[in-house]
Amino acid sequence: MSQLEIKDLHVSIGEKQIVKGLSLTVRSGEVHAIMGPNGTGKSTLAKAVAGHPSFTITSGDVLLDGKSILVMQPDERARAGLFLAFQYPSEIPGVSIANFLRAAVQARLGEGEELDATAYYKRLYSKMDMLQIDRKFTSRAINDGFSGGEKKRCEILQMAMLEPKFALMDETDSGLDIDALRIVADGVNALRSTNLGVLMITHYQRLLSYIVPDHVHVMWDGRIVKSGDKSLALELEAKGYDWVKNELVPA
Amino acid sequence: MSDVTETESLEPPIADTADNPVSGIDQTAGNFSYKMDYEFDAGTGLSEKTVRYISSVKKEAPWILEFRLNALKQFLAKPMPTHWATKDLENINFDKIRYYLSSGQKPKRTWDEVPDDIKKTFERLGIPEHERKFLAGVEAQFDSEAAYSNIKDIVSKQGVIFVNSTEGLREHPELFRKFFGKVIPTGDNKFSALNSAVFSGGSFIYVPKGVKVAQPLQAYFRINAENFGQFERTLIIADEGAEVVYMEGCTAPKFSTSTLHSAVVELVALKGAKIQYITVQNWANNVFNLVTKRGVAHEEAEIKWIDCNIGSRLTMKYPGVVLKGRKARGEVISIALANDGQHQDTGAKMIHAADETTSNIVAKSISVGQGRSTYRGVVHIPKHLKGCKNNTECDALLISPNSRTDTYPAITVRGDRNSVQHEASVSKVSEEQIFYMQQRGLTEGQAMSLSVNGFINDLARQFPMEYSVELKRLIDLEMEGSVG
Repeated sequence: MSQLEIKDLHVSIGEKQIVKGLSLTVRSGEVHAIMGPNGTGKSTLAKAVAGHPSFTITSGDVLLDGKSILVMQPDERARAGLFLAFQYPSEIPGVSIANFLRAAVQARLGEGEELDATAYYKRLYSKMDMLQIDRKFTSRAINDGFSGGEKKRCEILQMAMLEPKFALMDETDSGLDIDALRIVADGVNALRSTNLGVLMITHYQRLLSYIVPDHVHVMWDGRIVKSGDKSLALELEAKGYDWVKNELVPA
Repeated sequence: MSDVTETESLEPPIADTADNPVSGIDQTAGNFSYKMDYEFDAGTGLSEKTVRYISSVKKEAPWILEFRLNALKQFLAKPMPTHWATKDLENINFDKIRYYLSSGQKPKRTWDEVPDDIKKTFERLGIPEHERKFLAGVEAQFDSEAAYSNIKDIVSKQGVIFVNSTEGLREHPELFRKFFGKVIPTGDNKFSALNSAVFSGGSFIYVPKGVKVAQPLQAYFRINAENFGQFERTLIIADEGAEVVYMEGCTAPKFSTSTLHSAVVELVALKGAKIQYITVQNWANNVFNLVTKRGVAHEEAEIKWIDCNIGSRLTMKYPGVVLKGRKARGEVISIALANDGQHQDTGAKMIHAADETTSNIVAKSISVGQGRSTYRGVVHIPKHLKGCKNNTECDALLISPNSRTDTYPAITVRGDRNSVQHEASVSKVSEEQIFYMQQRGLTEGQAMSLSVNGFINDLARQFPMEYSVELKRLIDLEMEGSVG
């Protein structure tokens, strides 16, 4: 059982404060959704927790199993079990998915330990089968010329292979049509387990019909203003963000 | 005959070199030298006396001495090409260079006969294993002369000649003289003139009509002595319908003073012949590497240069093909990596001189830190020709904000019956890309080297397996060291 604890986190970009005191705890096996309008700091939260160099954490802490990760480099955080599914995944021309993942898996091995290539491919193919991904997919360069749906599937495949303790999923539904959304959601659902905690960031309720969360948090202006169970998402959908603005945000 | 000394104590244990699949390109494995007592030493500085000394030590025919002396005159008369090239050339002190060093032995045909110190050098760099594994022949040059030379029986029985240039001149003078200095005339440039005056070593290869050499021939060039200038001269002739792949690797230990490497390589592909020439250079970062490489492709012949430049202080090299016969093809695939304090000034030349000739240039450069890469290309298609095609792509990757790249393409295509295509791009490894890869668990250095390897991936795939593996390893080493 692992725990990701975000404590009174304040994040800024340059001089501008974006996240203004946010606290949240995710445990293994739980799926949390953070909902909120654009520009409220959801993506900033995810990237800051992952260690993106453009964001400065001005106060607060992020603890993984009781240990602060803020002193760790992004790659150390990743190897400690943190995975960020990007809203806009980068293209890496010339680097195939298979080779990239292989390097990522190798990076998790100890000094002098060599990756067993046969076992690696076996595992890769079984994950691809599970996610219904064509074998040819992994010989393509990462995200290079991918459609929106392919990019998100590529993220899910990486998540499946790297088996993180916690996954931060940043607007995984953005740019997907309904078929692609269903495929991606099926993938995430297949990965749900007692070993994985998920923090899903989304603007729309529709993703939550496919990936049903245990907890829903509404974010506004850098803070969580209301938390509840999955019914909160439906309420938010029905009443709209004006409801949040007018009734939930303290004046 | 000598003491073994390490120039630095950083070299990896011997066991490491056993994994090194190809010799000559791993600088960490190459950073050691031995104290030698050279039997023949032309001293420092360059004069007519130096040239006469070299020629007499080599017991050359009078015409070669004449050739050398004429070249020396041309070298002295020519100005440094700093009106277009970097002023760093002025830092070469020709008076401090040693132009000829040799222990005086003839090249040995078996490993057992090679003197121990020299043998150790090449064994550390992995030569004998490679020879057994995948080479048809090896020529290993230590300073000025070949120390070891071997060609597999099956290949020599086909009539293939693979010797060093000294031996080539002595034993195959008619063949040698017919082509020698014809592709690259002495006065082509200041450094071809210098090479022509003091050349020693290099390979001479002749592949008879219709013979296709199944495995590559490899030459290995090793600079061992400080202040030394290596001036090898290579001539490869593929007779009608013949095919050969030649690979060369080069290293030198890190000395405190600069070293000069100035080779001339001439290729002749007669009708329907194919020559592929692969270079992976990893010079120490104080080597001036000024090399002239050119081939002539006759009717339906094909010449392909694959050129990887890593290391050196300054490299200036523009492999070229003169497309002399109808339907001849020329190709240059070039990869250059310029790290801090290095300038890779590389490119290609395609001179179309017959109808329906085609040429292809793909050049990729990577600049890291303060590294600087320059692409210079010449494509020339005169008006009277028809059906000629050229494709040029040059892509630059900048790793750091202060890395630098310049492109100077000179494309002269006249007439309306020829076609030419030119594409150039400059890209950067972005912070977002690095973060993305780091988020998957790769260190910053690993992320950089993965993006660099991705950038050259389509070219590296054209290399023989052993070389592409080694190239990747080498890039990893360069990139690991470049992240502060």
